[in-house]
Amino acid sequence: MIILEATVITAGYSKLDILKEVGIRVRDGEIVSIIGPNGAGKSTLLKTIFGLLKPRHGRVMLQNRDITGWSPDKIVKEGISYVPQVDNIFTSLTIEENLEMGAFIRRDDFSGRLAEIYDLFPMLAERKKQKAGQLSGGQRQMVAMGRALMLDPQVLLLDEPSAGLAPNLAAMIFDKIKAINKTGVSMIIVEQNAREALKMAHHGYVLAMGKNVLDDSGKALLTNKEVGKLYLGG
Amino acid sequence: MELGGIFAYLVSLAIMAGIYAVFCLGLNIQWGYTGLFNIGIAGFFCIGAYASAMITTPKPTGIYAHYVQQIFGLNLPFIFGLCGAALICGIIALLIGIPTLRLGEDYLAIATLGIAETFRLIFNNEHWLANGPRGLMGLPQPFQGLVDPRHYNYIYLVIILMVMLLIYLLIERVIRSPWGRVLRAIREDEVSAAMSGKNIFYFKMQSLVFGAMVMGVGGALYAHYTKAISPDVFTPLYGTFIIWVMLMAGGSGNNKGAILGAYMIWGIWIGTKFITDLLPYTLKARAPYIRFLLIGILLEIILIYRPQGILGEEKKVSKMID
Amino acid sequence: MVELIFYGIVLGSIISLGAIGLSLVYGILRFANFAHGDLMSVGAYTALFLVTGFLAWIGVSDATFGPLSFGWRMLIAFPVSMLAVAGVAILLDRVLYRKLRAKKSGPVIFAMSSLGAAFILRMIILIFWGADSLFYRPGMLRPAYELPLGVKIRPDQVFIIILVCVLMTTLHLFLQKTKMGKAMRATSDNIELARVSGIDTERIIIWTWGIGGALAAAGGILYGVDVQLHPYMGWNFLIPLFAATILGSIGNIYGAMVGGFIIGVAQQVSTAFLMPTYKPAVAFTIMIVILLIRPKGIFGGSER
Repeated sequence: MIILEATVITAGYSKLDILKEVGIRVRDGEIVSIIGPNGAGKSTLLKTIFGLLKPRHGRVMLQNRDITGWSPDKIVKEGISYVPQVDNIFTSLTIEENLEMGAFIRRDDFSGRLAEIYDLFPMLAERKKQKAGQLSGGQRQMVAMGRALMLDPQVLLLDEPSAGLAPNLAAMIFDKIKAINKTGVSMIIVEQNAREALKMAHHGYVLAMGKNVLDDSGKALLTNKEVGKLYLGG
Repeated sequence: MELGGIFAYLVSLAIMAGIYAVFCLGLNIQWGYTGLFNIGIAGFFCIGAYASAMITTPKPTGIYAHYVQQIFGLNLPFIFGLCGAALICGIIALLIGIPTLRLGEDYLAIATLGIAETFRLIFNNEHWLANGPRGLMGLPQPFQGLVDPRHYNYIYLVIILMVMLLIYLLIERVIRSPWGRVLRAIREDEVSAAMSGKNIFYFKMQSLVFGAMVMGVGGALYAHYTKAISPDVFTPLYGTFIIWVMLMAGGSGNNKGAILGAYMIWGIWIGTKFITDLLPYTLKARAPYIRFLLIGILLEIILIYRPQGILGEEKKVSKMID
Repeated sequence: MVELIFYGIVLGSIISLGAIGLSLVYGILRFANFAHGDLMSVGAYTALFLVTGFLAWIGVSDATFGPLSFGWRMLIAFPVSMLAVAGVAILLDRVLYRKLRAKKSGPVIFAMSSLGAAFILRMIILIFWGADSLFYRPGMLRPAYELPLGVKIRPDQVFIIILVCVLMTTLHLFLQKTKMGKAMRATSDNIELARVSGIDTERIIIWTWGIGGALAAAGGILYGVDVQLHPYMGWNFLIPLFAATILGSIGNIYGAMVGGFIIGVAQQVSTAFLMPTYKPAVAFTIMIVILLIRPKGIFGGSER
């Protein structure tokens, strides 16, 4: 079942179009990775889906519902969460408070969900009273993902979760992403680390110059010669 | 009032508006072209006025020294007063700029506000400096002996208009130079201006000092018009707020707008006096507050509905350079 | 000297109340609110209207509490005025700042708008009450306790310090323990991320103005109780408020509390050497020194 679909999206800042008729489709329970060179419009696509940027053309559908042009606070309520690449935690709040803020719009008791998040990221449970600003890069990314997961979203959008992390930490984050996916959350991941992103993806999209170039299963893209040459370092 | 009286009234109105126009031009350099948020215009107003007063009057001697204290008195001609006022205001602007111009725009605002209030306190409390709250009186006026004192205002109006025109032409010239272009680049986008290798701090400093010098001249022009100054004149209302309203109304970033705004708002300000004169006697004492309330509301309306002012920013500047 | 320090703590507690609001508003809306001092005046005059007008008219007793200079009228007027000024602050936001937000105006336009609001509020006070100094209870003798070392302390002043401590503790608990308080801190920290998390930032802004306005009103009234009411009282507080806010790092409300006390004590102690009219200049000088040696304030730079 298709859970999220963006079709012929054209979007950009001021007069410049960054995305030109881009499309993407996420099936229920899938990890979808978007790879491509810098400036391909990968992050812009996430922002457009999440309503941070209004598309000039095209539609975003969430389970047959048109959410094009909705504001982020409405989209969040519909079950899409977003983790920005930078500034993605509240640095002056504790870890626990960061997670609580993720659940701000929930009116029910979310202590169960909080426990689940701590199970997923035991490292956060140990330091729940610590200021998030004092954490290392990998821990910050976990807080950011934990915050986004508090609403039990159907779809999680991750913007370069491994950016700036040492290889062993990036590997750990990718493991966490797979674990999150196992709990039934569909995901769109924008990544620079194309190889790792495609390894865990059910489906991958290659974007360049704001256009769709290729899309196929993650495995197929990994073995695709052209993708290998251009994005996987030979 | 017979015709001559009305005419004389209009002349006095044009003089005050002209003095305010000089302040607007000075503020326009800082705010309109560079984006510097100076809300202590009254401080430069005050310093300019006092500086010129003390440069052009003799230090009181003999029996007068008992009644009037002032730290110095040079007894020099009017033109030295104008230049001295500009110089001292420039130095003070330099001193304010050092701690604040590297920080966000709010800091300059708070610092200028503080300096304006502090100057007013100093002139009020330090009698030895400039005679405390009673202030200085009997300031000389240029070409004083030429005509009947009753008609002197015509001469002063001409002087004001000439100074205003001179400053206008000077600013127009400077602003169309590469220097002016850098200023506006800073205002539009400080980060990219810095990346293109411009030393933001020095450009901002030059703009702050230049604007303050123009304001100093404005203060001097005021002092020699009223011939008497005291610290209570330089309040945030008359010395800062109304000048901001004038520039915002006329159009920041536009020197013609600065002058137009000064004349227009001064006209409205005087006009509201005629309206409040119709109030019942008991309310008359509070009339100035009602008038300032209206000016405050006017500012809010401008900020929300027409922040670019009547004329808006002049676009042809960049065309002429490119 | 001990006496001056005590008076400084009293003044400082009042400055803190204003500085906290200024810092809260700056943290969330990112502009210097030049109307904050005048919100203090509005609070003081609202209480004056209630104490000498409305509450007297409906027949609330004029008796005072023991050694204090006020009674039931003030006790009722105090929270009512806090609510009223919270309303005024929210109203200003709805009428002015929200429109500027919708137009994506720059921070200087906001600051200028607040400067305009400051003048409008002050002119309204001047129109209704005139330019003279006023008292909640004119002609009232205010006895003082004589403590050792020749220190004289008025009961009102002890009350002020206790009340300010209560207000600050309440605010602290609100910010640390309640969902809305935490959301306010989150929004102040990172408003974009707050929006992304689904926090209704417009509602946070309303709360911020409400709390800032209420605390400003409290500060204004307490100054009126301790000293006197004057239409320019709030404007004269503006520089100490900013000095306290910058000293305690802009946006950091705990810094603003500490900064307020430091500025208050410094201002009072300075009267041992300088004319009391120079108090604002003392605050201003401290501010400039801070800007020169540590522009981020004493609590800045540790968390980000």
